[in-house]
Amino acid sequence: MPDIEINASLTRMLDTNGKVVGNLPDFARDQTELLRLYRTLVLTRTFDTKAIALQRTGRLGTYASSLGQEAVAVGAAAAMRKDDALLPSFREHGGQLWRGVTPKELLLYWGGDERGNNFAGPRGDFPNCATVGSHLAHAVGVALAFRLRGEKRAAVCVFGDGATSKGDFAEALNMAGVWKVPAVFVINNNGWAISVPRAKQSAAETLAQKAVAAGFPGEQVDGNDVIAVRAITERALARARDELGPSLIEAVTYRLCDHTTSDDASRYRDDAEVSRHWPAEPLARLRNFLTNSGFWDRDKEEALLRECNSAIEQAAAEYLATPAQPASAIFDYVYAEAPAELIEQREAANAFMRGQHD
Amino acid sequence: MTELNLVQAINVALKCAMSEDDRVLVLGEDVGINGGVFRATEGLFRLFGEQRVLDTPLAEASIAGVSIGLAAQGFRPVAEIQFAGFAYTCIDQILNHASRLRARTRGRLTCPMVLRSPVGGGIKAVEHHSESPEAMFAHIPGITVVMPSSPARAYGLLLSAIRDPDPVVFLEPTRLYHAAREDVTDDGKGIPLGQCVTLRAGRDVTIASWGAMIKEALEAADQLAADDIEVEVVDVATLKPLDSQAICKSVARTGRLVIVHEAPMTCGYGAEIAARVASRAMTNLLAPIERVTGYDTMMPYLRTEQYYMPSLNGVLAAVRRTMAYT
Repeated sequence: MPDIEINASLTRMLDTNGKVVGNLPDFARDQTELLRLYRTLVLTRTFDTKAIALQRTGRLGTYASSLGQEAVAVGAAAAMRKDDALLPSFREHGGQLWRGVTPKELLLYWGGDERGNNFAGPRGDFPNCATVGSHLAHAVGVALAFRLRGEKRAAVCVFGDGATSKGDFAEALNMAGVWKVPAVFVINNNGWAISVPRAKQSAAETLAQKAVAAGFPGEQVDGNDVIAVRAITERALARARDELGPSLIEAVTYRLCDHTTSDDASRYRDDAEVSRHWPAEPLARLRNFLTNSGFWDRDKEEALLRECNSAIEQAAAEYLATPAQPASAIFDYVYAEAPAELIEQREAANAFMRGQHD
Repeated sequence: MTELNLVQAINVALKCAMSEDDRVLVLGEDVGINGGVFRATEGLFRLFGEQRVLDTPLAEASIAGVSIGLAAQGFRPVAEIQFAGFAYTCIDQILNHASRLRARTRGRLTCPMVLRSPVGGGIKAVEHHSESPEAMFAHIPGITVVMPSSPARAYGLLLSAIRDPDPVVFLEPTRLYHAAREDVTDDGKGIPLGQCVTLRAGRDVTIASWGAMIKEALEAADQLAADDIEVEVVDVATLKPLDSQAICKSVARTGRLVIVHEAPMTCGYGAEIAARVASRAMTNLLAPIERVTGYDTMMPYLRTEQYYMPSLNGVLAAVRRTMAYT
């Protein structure tokens, strides 16, 4: 299969056939690390598949798949340390899974249960951000907190190409640059913001170049090459820890799925375009590399698929078996301590609902 | 005890809060070496340094956004927005994030931040500098909205706002910044949030107001006393959560309510208070509830702003209208 053409400035370690085309970083020579990366990519895709099936059968809310873009969040998260903070948009399940958010927690979130955001694992990570781009400033604040305490921690913020059109993006990057905070901004440039293609989003030649205006480096990476994404993010994080300031990474990928389960991309996007991008997808690429390196074979693949399926099926069963919070829970956590007027509303609501069920 | 005006009281409260708690940071435009455009942060930069007093780039929405990140990490940021007209872009951050971070994460992440901003007219400022946005903030679940009406209350309420575990929008009446001085004891004592303060007792009419309009309310009470009309003046102080019990109790005694605020009438916070009283103290009312407010116009430019502002005479007339009912 011919390799898909790429922009010359874009960093890439593996071509679409999994052939080495760049200088491999050390972790890419470590079989355990490679298999961990591959497992998380497969787990993410398995999760996406199950989540869509649950949504289609009325058992999950609207869902945003990461199909084809798994390597962006997984690669970025894999570059992070445990005590760094991830601030995702809403397509970063792969990165969240890598960092220890459980598939059950993710399903609870997408199933409309706030408890899904109460991660038992990465306690400092932010929940998803549906108001596009508004979480970049939070990343600046989190990173500033790390720097003010003299900690060698960093914030990683992921968002889509559409977010780069927002004032929030310009403001946050500008502030991050002035204060040289330890933050890494990762654009999941999947080519589409719902129905608006990249070309109609910005006249800038690359989105990475928007970092120039903020006074720090920005670069493009092949977002379907998990090794390259991780390597570039590791470099940006090292820079952040060395107090050299923030970085912007434009991970160029492609949205093989609809925007969400509420979207029908065939209304605005040619199927042929989608088909053209399938050969560049990230899982096959790493699998080919693993196979070529002698680390992988059909039996291992089948065993992994079985393992991921069973993990996700079990998480789905646990999610489905989790009763919704009681009605009164909507009044919980509004404030640390509920004020009198809210207690009154809660009591009235409780009494009303008891009446409804009598 | 020292005689201070309101902006000085804010300054002393900030110093006190920063001295007692290392997690308290001040950030905003010109808050550093310049001490803020109204000098609320005067001297803080010299005392606490650039690690705790941060001049920000000119980006109000992100000043709020950055504060959320800092607060989620355990700091207690006190952000200054120079003028209320510039605070509207912060509503996205306050509404979509600060106010609900605790609830969204079921208590895992919290947002103990304060957003300070001068509000209100009467100082002949340029356009967009005299807004009264309190009702817009008060409509947001999960936050506390405070407006002090005197230097001592500004001191105590700001300390409580900074110590509060949840986000507080703290609105400072610009008209009072350099107005009357008051004895303020820098004793670190906070005034509890969520409680009205009765500034003057009276048996005939309750005036509920907040911020700068308390001045007109108290003057009206003084003048009406000469006519043997006793006015009870209730400073609402914390708009959200509202201490409606205190207002209803007062109305139960007086039977008459006049609400005074500078913001436009429609959907102004007076409407909320009127609704609470109507539903809980209807049978105590002897007269229709009166509202003396700004008009449903834009805040006029400085040559005509006095026609917009609720006046002492407007308050007097409203009280007398309620007294016509016996």
